Amino acid sequence: MRVLEAIFLVFINPLFYKITLTAATPLIFASLGGVYSEITGVVNIALEGIMLLGAFTSVVFTWLTGNVWIGVFMAVVSGVALAWFHAWGSIKWAGNQVVLGTALILIAQGITGFLMEPIFGKPGQTDFVGKVEELRIPGLADIPFLGKIIGETSPFVYMAFAAVAFSWWLIYKTKLGLRMRSVGENPEAADTLGINVYGIRYFGVLMSGVWAGLAGAYLSVGEVGHFRELMSGGRGFIALAAMILGNYNPVGAMLASLLFGASSAFANQMQSSSLIHVSATVKPLFDMIPFILTIIVVAGFVGKSHVPKADGVPYEKEA
Amino acid sequence: MFEGRSYIVYAVEMVNIVKRFPGVLANDHVTVRVKKGEIHAIVGENGAGKSTLMNQLYGLYHPDEGEIFINGEKVVIRGPKDAIKLGIGMVHQHFMLVDTLTVAENVVLGSEPVKGLNFDMKKARQEVKELSEKYGLFVDVDAKIEDIPVGMQQRVEIIKTLYRGANIIILDEPTAVLTPQEVEELFEIMRKLKNDGKTILFISHKLHEVMEISNRITVMRLGKVTGELETSKTNPKEIARHMVGRDVVLRVSKEPHEPKDVIFEIKDLVVKDNRGLTAVNDVSFNVRKGEIVGIAGVAGNGQTELVEAITGLRKIESGHIYFEGKEVAGFTPRQLRELGMSHIPEDRLKHGLIEEFEAYYNIILGQHYRNPFANGAFLNHNNIFKYSEDLMEEFDVRPRKIDHLGGNFSGGNQQKLVVGREIRTNPKFLVVAQPTRGLDVGAIEFIHKQILKMRSLDVGILLISMELEEIFSLSDRILVMYEGEIMGEVKPEETTIEEVGLMMTGHRIEEARRG
Amino acid sequence: MNKKVMAILVPVVSVLIALAISTVIILLIGKNPIDAYGALIKGSFGSKQAIADTVIKTTPLILTGLAVGFGFRAGVFNIGAEGQMVMGALIAATFASNFGSLPPLLAIPLTILIAMSVGAGYAAIAGFLKAKTGAHEVVTTIMLNWIATYFASYMVTGPLKVGSGTPKSPEISDSCQLPVLMKVGAIEMSAGIIIAIIAAIFMYILLNKTTTGYEVKAVGFNPYAAEYGGISVGKNIVLAMAISGALAGLAGATELMGVHHRFLGELSGGKGFDGISIALIGQNNPIGIIFAAFLIGALRTGSNEMQFIGVPKHMVMIIQGIVIFLVAADRIVRTIMIRKRVEK
Repeated sequence: MRVLEAIFLVFINPLFYKITLTAATPLIFASLGGVYSEITGVVNIALEGIMLLGAFTSVVFTWLTGNVWIGVFMAVVSGVALAWFHAWGSIKWAGNQVVLGTALILIAQGITGFLMEPIFGKPGQTDFVGKVEELRIPGLADIPFLGKIIGETSPFVYMAFAAVAFSWWLIYKTKLGLRMRSVGENPEAADTLGINVYGIRYFGVLMSGVWAGLAGAYLSVGEVGHFRELMSGGRGFIALAAMILGNYNPVGAMLASLLFGASSAFANQMQSSSLIHVSATVKPLFDMIPFILTIIVVAGFVGKSHVPKADGVPYEKEA
Repeated sequence: MFEGRSYIVYAVEMVNIVKRFPGVLANDHVTVRVKKGEIHAIVGENGAGKSTLMNQLYGLYHPDEGEIFINGEKVVIRGPKDAIKLGIGMVHQHFMLVDTLTVAENVVLGSEPVKGLNFDMKKARQEVKELSEKYGLFVDVDAKIEDIPVGMQQRVEIIKTLYRGANIIILDEPTAVLTPQEVEELFEIMRKLKNDGKTILFISHKLHEVMEISNRITVMRLGKVTGELETSKTNPKEIARHMVGRDVVLRVSKEPHEPKDVIFEIKDLVVKDNRGLTAVNDVSFNVRKGEIVGIAGVAGNGQTELVEAITGLRKIESGHIYFEGKEVAGFTPRQLRELGMSHIPEDRLKHGLIEEFEAYYNIILGQHYRNPFANGAFLNHNNIFKYSEDLMEEFDVRPRKIDHLGGNFSGGNQQKLVVGREIRTNPKFLVVAQPTRGLDVGAIEFIHKQILKMRSLDVGILLISMELEEIFSLSDRILVMYEGEIMGEVKPEETTIEEVGLMMTGHRIEEARRG
Repeated sequence: MNKKVMAILVPVVSVLIALAISTVIILLIGKNPIDAYGALIKGSFGSKQAIADTVIKTTPLILTGLAVGFGFRAGVFNIGAEGQMVMGALIAATFASNFGSLPPLLAIPLTILIAMSVGAGYAAIAGFLKAKTGAHEVVTTIMLNWIATYFASYMVTGPLKVGSGTPKSPEISDSCQLPVLMKVGAIEMSAGIIIAIIAAIFMYILLNKTTTGYEVKAVGFNPYAAEYGGISVGKNIVLAMAISGALAGLAGATELMGVHHRFLGELSGGKGFDGISIALIGQNNPIGIIFAAFLIGALRTGSNEMQFIGVPKHMVMIIQGIVIFLVAADRIVRTIMIRKRVEK
């Protein structure tokens, strides 16, 4: 009974919904990255690495310049740079996209760990370097309940939803979007119509660097204000699961990300519930929840979503 | 500027084109001249270099040597974009359509109308509708490609070229996927386009079609032009001689052979396709020992699903399958093979071969786990090698190297490998799907002879083919399949191509007989 | 160029390119690359202890390399060797602390069997999901890695916890510990390396001489043709994952029984992930994998020495990442080599 009561209390607490949104934010960005890349036909598991690099870069530049937004901008730049390597290896050299992604994750983990000492003088974790302040929206913040959820929160949350709207428009309402979808579905057909298949795929992959870079920036300067080694913690992969669950559609990916966000928020709130005393040793079991959920989702929905037909297949022009 | 060339201005002139691929001279100094406003056929066997030539005209390949002139102007076509600008459009043998997009989206893709930053869907639909009406090319503008029939997909392809203002339209083997009636409709459209001043290049290897529709003919063989003919001044025999370099027997001779007991039977079979739609609907028939039963039909009418269900690759919804009188529905491919069923699959690269495996491993596929190829858990490589050498010798697979990788053989030799493998198991019942797709005359003849030899050995044979000619020349009985149903059964000597054609378009045998 | 020669040259050249790029990175942080590589070599081969340490580090890497490599040969990408190793070692440790009454002849094989079965079963989850639902094994095995990590962390901070400080499980019984082959100073080199080499031979025979090998390879290359040839695709995907997982579980066993003698967080320490680069460098060939594991083992051992002169040991990860990248996009390397030949 106490457990049910605790669950009920979680659901009526606006904090649960606020944490859902903030936990979903990096997943929304990263899953958008997945959508851009995969609808043009390039599997991108490097998202995990791009997020990590973005998180690191934003901390470095925030620390150097004292301006978090310069840090955020540089996260995007570094994300695009790492994504470029993925594009180069998979599009120009027709490499195995999954293995290339694995390599880039390793490189991102290596570089961020490697540079900790030369830059910050110690391994593991940086000091607090500054963070993006929460934005209070007058009026909205005063609405009861709802105001506590979206009235005062990180600007990244608003940006994430704007990014979803923008992406939906770009992919479904513009000619560039039409071309992206055609290239991921039947690159040969697009090619015979004079569409630059490689160019469109580069665009898709580099955009995934933009979004995953932002996701990374949110993890560090957006949320906690410091960098910790391996702090992306598998969220790049959860984002991929969200993309699959969301049927490779920005809005779907957002909804799926919210679901994952809610599961983290729920675990988080239950652990701090005053009704049931969760001992510290059980905490790791709660941490497992999003990962178990991801497996269920991927196993349950992968057959049901429409995977772009040419996803993961390098396009090679003959002669 | 006309030195060395005639003074007539041609719509298309390809002069001394040379195109090499690794190990192959695909086009060897090919010259083709196409007059404005004519239907010009380019004929030749598979592998003669027709498609390669056309792909160079459309900018997909680039000639190693030679020149291209469009309307008398020398041009360099670096890609499809250049070709489109020059007024060239191409309908590929394998349609270049994006399945998940609508007809209208497919037509405008690459030259989309825009309104501000947005893609102008309304205008796209409007323009496609107008073109469709102007040329009598009926299409459903809002349907997704994956939901429309092949014939309509082809019309979408033609509209695509017209939308881009093409005056020169290449049709690469356009009739391969059509029923005889649909072919007539296509020819109607081609005549309309011609009357509208368009120049058409018609690629085909079907002589009667070429005779019917074209004005002039260029014949190719082994990468070279072997003849330039006026259609009105030639005949199929002459074209065929240019095509294969000798007089050909167009049909293999079939000895009469008395069929024995029923070896295989299906009753009320229902099978669904990958999308969950009924693909085979209540089909019943039997096959007797020493008999070839042919299943005719346009691609995509349930033949693939039927074959997969019979061979244990697809689960059935309801109905019965009997092998020597015993129910075998639900049996695995391995169990069916052990009973004596063999299967030459329609897609040798998908099902028939493992491209990364050596020839010897491909040769034992299906029997790899039993004597003499395995002793318990271990493979017996000595026996595998010996058997492979014999088989490759008997079926004349070249190169005769048992460790050559499956993917490195030519199409004809891959098929011989598969046919040999399936025949050497001494089956009682043989399912043969599209056995000669994409092969040259020599290989076709060889494979037809092998199938007939099995018939004389009292093997029951089910032959599925899109090639009516193949069905007619091999079958003892013909079943016609349309939208998952059998339209009727006929004997080749008692029917006509037209009658079978009508059945292929959905007329039951009684209606077809009435005409 | 000959295919077999290429299979050796591509990874070798990839390693050389990776080392060249690392040299630039070391220069960028203001260190002397010659000193760094000197320290690296000294740390891995400079003394008897160093060599023994390298061999010890190589042992689990051979096994995780075989695990991933076997998966690749069977057409599955098992990124989950890490989690399978953790689960195998963790569960084996749970049992093996109570095996004191058993003689080593029984206790050792039993502990190994537990670790391998758990690894196999854990990997088979991903295989089963792929076969049944089409869920990509890369995503599921990575999720399983995290689940294993958190589960292990729960076990050693909770039910299995002993002592204070680093969370760890109780020591396994003496009878479960692998015999020591050689003792160099304080370093004990266990029989683990022999187990690893036997596993490599086993994989070679399985893949090349048996019908099981034929079937898993057929499914990996072309599942449609395999099914057509009467081979069960689902069964073989699960089997391939299970064998791969058993090898990863064995890596957990050798670490548990030959090195740490108890379960603790650093037991796996990324060795499962190293398996990916090792399999790729070794071109999924058992002999190649032994050499590749030795290379990575040496880099890992030597990197500690490198750390002393101010070059973080993460350098090794960067090198591995670059090598994986180049082997995956092997046309980069091939093109470079062909250009070189043309210039000559």
